[in-house]
Amino acid sequence: MRFYDEMATEGGGVRPHYAQYAQWLAQQAPDAIRAKRDEAELIFRRVGITFTVYGDEAGAERLIPFDLIPRIIPAAEWKYLEAGLKQRVCALNRFLHDVYHEQEILKAGIVPQPQVFGNAQFRAEMMGIDLPHQVYAHIAGIDIVRAENPAGQGEYYVLEDNLRVPSGVSYMLENRRMMMRLFPELFSLYPIAPVAHYPDSLLEKLHDVAPPGVNDPTVVVLTPGMYNSAYFEHAFLAQQMGVELVEGQDLFVRDDFVYMRTTQGPQRVDVIYRRIDDDFLDPQVFRADSALGCAGLMRAYRAGNVNLANAIGTGIADDKSLYPYVPKMIEFYLGEKPLLANVPTHLCREPESLAYVLAHLPELVVKEVHGAGGYGMLVGPAASREQIAAFADKIKAHPDHYIAQPTLALSTCPTYVDAGIAPRHIDLRPFVLSGKSVSIVPGGLTRVALTEGSLVVNSSQGGGTKDTWVLER
Amino acid sequence: MLSRTADHLFWMARYTERAENTARMLDVQVQTVLLPQPAENTQMAWAGLLGISELIGDYTRQHGAIDPERVLDFMVRDPANPSSILSCLRAARENARAVRGAITSEVWETVNQTWLELQRMVASPQLRRDPGSLFEWVKHRSHLSRGVTSGTMLQDEAYHFLRIGTFLERADNTARLLDVKFHARQNDFHGSNGARGQEYDFYHWSGVLRSVSGFEVYRKVYRDVITPERVAELLILRADMPRSLAACMRAVAAHLREVANPQSAETQRRAGLLNAELQYGRLDDILDTGLHAYLTHLLERINDLGAGISQDFLAA
Repeated sequence: MRFYDEMATEGGGVRPHYAQYAQWLAQQAPDAIRAKRDEAELIFRRVGITFTVYGDEAGAERLIPFDLIPRIIPAAEWKYLEAGLKQRVCALNRFLHDVYHEQEILKAGIVPQPQVFGNAQFRAEMMGIDLPHQVYAHIAGIDIVRAENPAGQGEYYVLEDNLRVPSGVSYMLENRRMMMRLFPELFSLYPIAPVAHYPDSLLEKLHDVAPPGVNDPTVVVLTPGMYNSAYFEHAFLAQQMGVELVEGQDLFVRDDFVYMRTTQGPQRVDVIYRRIDDDFLDPQVFRADSALGCAGLMRAYRAGNVNLANAIGTGIADDKSLYPYVPKMIEFYLGEKPLLANVPTHLCREPESLAYVLAHLPELVVKEVHGAGGYGMLVGPAASREQIAAFADKIKAHPDHYIAQPTLALSTCPTYVDAGIAPRHIDLRPFVLSGKSVSIVPGGLTRVALTEGSLVVNSSQGGGTKDTWVLER
Repeated sequence: MLSRTADHLFWMARYTERAENTARMLDVQVQTVLLPQPAENTQMAWAGLLGISELIGDYTRQHGAIDPERVLDFMVRDPANPSSILSCLRAARENARAVRGAITSEVWETVNQTWLELQRMVASPQLRRDPGSLFEWVKHRSHLSRGVTSGTMLQDEAYHFLRIGTFLERADNTARLLDVKFHARQNDFHGSNGARGQEYDFYHWSGVLRSVSGFEVYRKVYRDVITPERVAELLILRADMPRSLAACMRAVAAHLREVANPQSAETQRRAGLLNAELQYGRLDDILDTGLHAYLTHLLERINDLGAGISQDFLAA
């Protein structure tokens, strides 16, 4: 399999937008770079930029490995990506509004009804609720990969939409801060678009979608607490926006309004940027055993007295079984051709596809429809015969739980490894914000699979991150 | 500010202060036992140290007879002892982590760094050879933590709750220290006879003073030999002595005024009353009551104040 490399050309040369960097890199002494790596690790630990691995010893905090070689995106490529991302997120928001109101797309037969009504991610509780600016996914993390197309060029594909509680943006911001601290000279070499205004942009969108009539809305970030794997990010965003970081126990509902308990008595809350899954938000409506949410929240939400970002029920649009229909949604709602391509996807629930998938498992990547974080997936080319056989049994038992895609030749980027610098596979997660309008901070989180040959970039599976440079010209 | 946030800040400051005071007491203890003296004196001193934190029961249940090295381990790095320096600094860090959005990055990084380094230090053989350097370090980290708080934080509610935690904990610790140290010399003041006895007394009282950074302050204030009465006066009534009860309660009352809410009137009143009594109190009256009785009552009132603060601000 051939891989598109972000820096190196086939003939052993360097792509133009990496030329200056490559020259700079060649002048750096290996010792100096090693010292910078140690410094970065020390700073990350002191600042406490850590995440928790589930199933690890209780509360163990780990660092996400940070790679010093940036991923560089030329200005023209970004322009195209940005337009494609905005288009896609607009269509997804339109779909969500439609599916919880008139359901035109179902009536038109473009998305099969069973795909929606038979899906646990469809929340009947959301039917007929009108949301400010009809926005459901205020924060969307769209996973993009790049692979070589038949013409031998790198082409961007959307691998996955994350519309529930996408995480990772704090690493985008901290990675940039780290690079500026370690290598200030590089920032005079390249016109790198800044990303530090993301929290301001986010706060603006959250203000946009406050309940009608609220002038100076009180925004809070709702976290499951400090033992959640993304707690650092919750605290970080709350601090950067200058809003309270609350837990479920800090909130209560009275007369269909939400309040937080403060040292000066109850204070009304208008917009909740929640980092808790739907199931845990309100024990009166969803999981009764949830201690993380706030009883009565759904009532206040239905009454329009509080807004949630993201909305409840966005999972129906980013579910892996709905993913193949997104290009059609774009055409249906916007009357435009999709700018960003999907990865070809086989739905195992369709008998012909199932037969094909079972016959080609060693070449395919199979994913659980509701899985996330790289748990419960099969990467055919990297799996043993026994693993494939075991997975085939799981697929046969529940075909509708799985989708399959060709193993994508994810692009590579030079990365520091024990033996020096070597190509490793990467992806990209830009963050798209929707309020009165749609905006994207130029950049995103580049994740890198540090194990040689591995295509799994998730931090829970040993992935690392890189700073992502979008060039301004 | 969220009640839960205020609660975490209050306890973050208390645990940091508690770790510092434990380090101070252990530091003086380790230095004192180096002096030539009868074995039963050192034995009593170690027991007294555990007594300050009301830990004799816990210690003997786990370790039996008093053994200096075991007591030291118990008080420094035993994770099962909630008052050990390790446990206090872990609790301080956990509380800070829960509210890292409410403190500045500098404050958080200081507290986090303390915890990361402490884990390394208590595992090092250096601790046995030279425990003093660890105590010195704990004190420095506490100074740094207070300094970075006042040097970087907005003086809003968060700041006031941190300060209330610091001074309430310090008042509690100073009162306990005094109570135990006066108890060790029985009948309050007239414990030792003869020249040897007076020598012990000098080291005893100068040790008490040094544990609260009060030795040089004492010399400056009294310019005279060390007497137990003056030690008591300095540590209870001198409002210009930063670790005295009067100084602590003055600070608690002042910061409480800044965060007053509709239900906190009674707590404010009690803090104000206690503060006034200390500002205008006289040592003779305290001695008439009996020092032990006086300090016991005072500790109860400090405790009550803590409970009142919890109820008015932190529970909501």
